[in-house]
Amino acid sequence: MQKMITRRHVITLAAIAALMFMALSQAHVKAAANVTLVIESWRTGDEAVWDTIIANFNKVHPEITVKFQPTKPDQYNGALSAKLSSGTAGDLITCRPFTLSLNMFKAGQLADLTKLPGLENFSTFAKHAWSTLDDKSTFCVPMASVLHGFIYNKDYFDAHGFTEPKTYEEFLTLLEKIKAEGSMTPLALGVKDGWAETSMGLDNIGPNFWGGQDGNNGLLAGTRQYNDKGFLAAFDALSKWTPYLGKGFEAETYSDSQNLFTSGKAAIFPAGSWEISGFEQSASFKMGAFKAPPPASASKCYVSNEIDIALGLNAASKNADAAKTFLSYVAGQEFETAYSQGLPGFFPLGNYKITLSDPLANTFLGWTQECGSTLRSSYLLPSPPNGTTDVETDLWNNLALMLSGKQTAQQTADTIQKNMAGWFKPDASMSATAAATMAATPK
Amino acid sequence: MQSTKRKPFPFHIVVFLFPAAAIYTLFMAYPLLDSLRLSFFDQNVSGAPVFVGFQNFQTLFGTPQWSGHFWNALQNNFVFFSIHMLVQNPVALLLATLLTAKRLRGRAIYRTLIFAPTTLSVVIVGFVWSLILNPSWGIFDNILTGLGLGSLIQPWLGVPGTSLVAVSLMSVWQWVGLPMVLFMAALVGISDDLIEAARVDGASAFTVFTRIKLPLILPTVGIVGVLTFVGNFNAFDLIYATQGALGAPNYGTDILGTFFYRTFYGFQLQPGNPTMGTTIAAVMFVIILGGVLLYLFGWQRRIARMQGLS
Repeated sequence: MQKMITRRHVITLAAIAALMFMALSQAHVKAAANVTLVIESWRTGDEAVWDTIIANFNKVHPEITVKFQPTKPDQYNGALSAKLSSGTAGDLITCRPFTLSLNMFKAGQLADLTKLPGLENFSTFAKHAWSTLDDKSTFCVPMASVLHGFIYNKDYFDAHGFTEPKTYEEFLTLLEKIKAEGSMTPLALGVKDGWAETSMGLDNIGPNFWGGQDGNNGLLAGTRQYNDKGFLAAFDALSKWTPYLGKGFEAETYSDSQNLFTSGKAAIFPAGSWEISGFEQSASFKMGAFKAPPPASASKCYVSNEIDIALGLNAASKNADAAKTFLSYVAGQEFETAYSQGLPGFFPLGNYKITLSDPLANTFLGWTQECGSTLRSSYLLPSPPNGTTDVETDLWNNLALMLSGKQTAQQTADTIQKNMAGWFKPDASMSATAAATMAATPK
Repeated sequence: MQSTKRKPFPFHIVVFLFPAAAIYTLFMAYPLLDSLRLSFFDQNVSGAPVFVGFQNFQTLFGTPQWSGHFWNALQNNFVFFSIHMLVQNPVALLLATLLTAKRLRGRAIYRTLIFAPTTLSVVIVGFVWSLILNPSWGIFDNILTGLGLGSLIQPWLGVPGTSLVAVSLMSVWQWVGLPMVLFMAALVGISDDLIEAARVDGASAFTVFTRIKLPLILPTVGIVGVLTFVGNFNAFDLIYATQGALGAPNYGTDILGTFFYRTFYGFQLQPGNPTMGTTIAAVMFVIILGGVLLYLFGWQRRIARMQGLS
């Protein structure tokens, strides 16, 4: 028996259909007016800062919704390249410095932003990590740099009358004194993760030995080698740290080192400025910071000023116009202030006068005025062809071996140089451009 | 009268097999074959694939930057596998024999406890063991000191000599429950008559085990062996979770899985290389296929013949 379809049914159905149609068309209109931008990033702890920034931005541009969508730092590069090639990446891409982003630009995955309004507020030095080698095209808006140095437990230093070392020799004497005092591990550094002794060890103290950016340019041009005087001296200086590292430092991870320092078990943390906010939250003692101490013979000091993070535009983005509006905002003073205030230890790169309220961050920032700024040498080198081991990874492994006493400084430097020589073709023009760039450095 | 009609084609079997076969083809067979195909290609500057024949394999085995890593990873993988075969499976067999003993109280509790780590996430296992072995505050070093063995303390996960063994034993700890359950199932299936008859003939418990039980569960021993082989040569997650994608220290725990991961997805400043990655995956496939074929023809056939005779 079939039910009769009455007139009432028809009317109800028609009404429902009409309602659905209206709802759908409304949703459609709404989507056209409102654009949602997604930011890809490796900065998993930064949601709070971005909430502030996006709220500020939406006061001016309420029609653009911005979503911050970070991936774990060690998975970011891989995940991003997979997403870009499958077309599922967000509109805005947080750019790693140098080769990785340059390759993405060459592959047409990042859009050219050379003409973006706002980019004129950045020096060539600031843009260098996200420009083609001739500095003609720029593809990411610089956001921040990080600085290297040493953070120490000020309460402990004051209690024992220890003072900040001025030279590398004084630094080693200080380490010896802390070891003799006995209540603390002198240096919170482990070699398990590899990058700790490379970024916070060699790249931190090294530039004072190899002459900063001049040394880096020499590497690029092929006039300097990792196993020549200046670089070898840096390896040698780092190898002196072994007796002052914690028990079982071979298996000590980076987060172990952080915990050792913030729980008051280690006196000095070879640091990047990105630690400042985290340490200020978790340490219950007063902290101070000193810059990488140059050897007594050096006439000039260098601070590793790593231009580290920038924001680019996914070339395949469907919302390019809205994304450019946001990128221009990122290039402005309001963003720079909010970003470096929200994340003490990340320093603004634009030509704006910005005062930081965090004293530790201000100490770090002061070094850029006293000393020459320099970049991590291994980051300046191109990546090897075909996905073989790059110099940075080679440094991770070999510096760990050196600090564990498995090989000498000379052997380490020789290995790095030999492996690099296998694929790296020095290019004098590349270094000439880099030298010109650095001459124009404002900091 | 005899029917000359042939049996109708069993269409219902096709219908029942179809969903599984379709899903398996779509999500397992097709990706596998496609990645094998990709290993014969290279990428040009714009990322488009270019057919290069066996060139990737020549690169992998012929250039020191590649072959050094490959042979190191393969060797580590064999060590990883050997430790599972020498520790995990014998221990599992011992536990299974004990747990199937007639007079044992709390059998279910032991079985559950020993099996429990298998159900844990590898990240938890890696994290817990890294904490236990941590040089700064791990309890393992305290235990050694308490036993008067303080002089043996090592940064277990940080030196080439111990890290691979330590990670392998973590994996053994996690997975020992699986072969144990398989062995238990096989042991329970042995008829009591055989064991009682042997007892009446005056056989000791040890003789019963070596002469009666072990020969009867040999097929299971073979299956456990081949499962261990396949699992170990596909292993990746525990090493990645505890030692990172580089297989620290200095590639001391680098196995084929981590080597593949690094190459395919890239690592830190090293850009990913999908075609070389799939080349490594293809070699892994060949190794695993070889092992499984060896098992099928070398072990299973012989067992089948032996059982056919008995």
